Amino acid sequence: MVDQRDGFEQRLRSAEARQGLDPDPAGDRGPSPQAPWGIGLRAGVEIVSALIAGAGLGWLLDRWLGTGPWLLLLFFLIGGAAGVLNLYRLVSPPRRPN
Amino acid sequence: MAAEGKTIDALSQFELIPVLGPVGRAVGFTQSNAHMLLAIGLVSALMLLGIRRRALIPGRLQSAAEMSYEFVESLVVGQVGHEGRRYFPFVFALFMFVLAGNLLGLFPYAFTYTSHIAVTLGLAATVFVVTTAVAFALHGRKFFGYFFPEGAPLWLAPIIVPVELVSYLSRPISLSVRLFANMVAGHVLLKVFATFVVLLGTLGVVGPFVAALPLAVNVLLVGFEILVAFLQAYVFAILTCIYLHDAVHLH
Repeated sequence: MVDQRDGFEQRLRSAEARQGLDPDPAGDRGPSPQAPWGIGLRAGVEIVSALIAGAGLGWLLDRWLGTGPWLLLLFFLIGGAAGVLNLYRLVSPPRRPN
Repeated sequence: MAAEGKTIDALSQFELIPVLGPVGRAVGFTQSNAHMLLAIGLVSALMLLGIRRRALIPGRLQSAAEMSYEFVESLVVGQVGHEGRRYFPFVFALFMFVLAGNLLGLFPYAFTYTSHIAVTLGLAATVFVVTTAVAFALHGRKFFGYFFPEGAPLWLAPIIVPVELVSYLSRPISLSVRLFANMVAGHVLLKVFATFVVLLGTLGVVGPFVAALPLAVNVLLVGFEILVAFLQAYVFAILTCIYLHDAVHLH
């Protein structure tokens, strides 16, 4: 870092502001600036992975407890709900304050 | 070659082949492992050689090293905050390893180790274990509050807790499947269109002219794949940062 030498960073920043080269005034807070189809692909991956996680967890619990297919079915539904939750977190604006 | 049997064989490029002769066969050392070692060597060489001169006005190599460092550092600090700086080496190693794998795979005859779900799931599982361990170390038992938001009515707990739990468990799966699917899809597309070039090229007089079309598509696809290589490494790193943020701050 050279910033402490002679206020270089500050001079650079003011020069950039003069030239209108300010790096992103507002945007670039989302998780990933992507093309629309990229977001669509992410949405699909989120839902499918939640379904896989739910079904897998239910299957493991079934094998462990020997409770037939019931926990698998239940956790498949829960996986669907978790997928929608993931999707909601993906599209909702970031709520972190910092 | 893929087109010798006049068929499209897009998946044989992902087969693991032992290298280093009988020794490699005995210990299961495949070209995938060789490329991982090569990637680690290249990244280490970039960083070590890049910072050797320590010039005030950086050369090309030093610029590349500093750019990658500052890129990941701004990512970590921007997402996790200043207390996240101590996780910088972890995120940086992940980012450079994934990026090197994605880019190495674009060279002819090279192998893309990030196109194997075993590799990406291994990386994602590491992220999952590390973030969970960080959350436990920082918050202890309060970590379980992550699965039940404050202020929600208690009778909703039987619904909310499993859903949040499954959502949490789905993180490594989505993280790994995204990288794996992107790399596999890109390389299958490249191979399919390359096979078109060969098949159409043998089609008599008009062949070479028609074959120019898939060749043009492939040129575009290679450029697109370079973009995807950077983008997926970036997405992997930034999701790791978001998970670390959740682990450090618990919402």
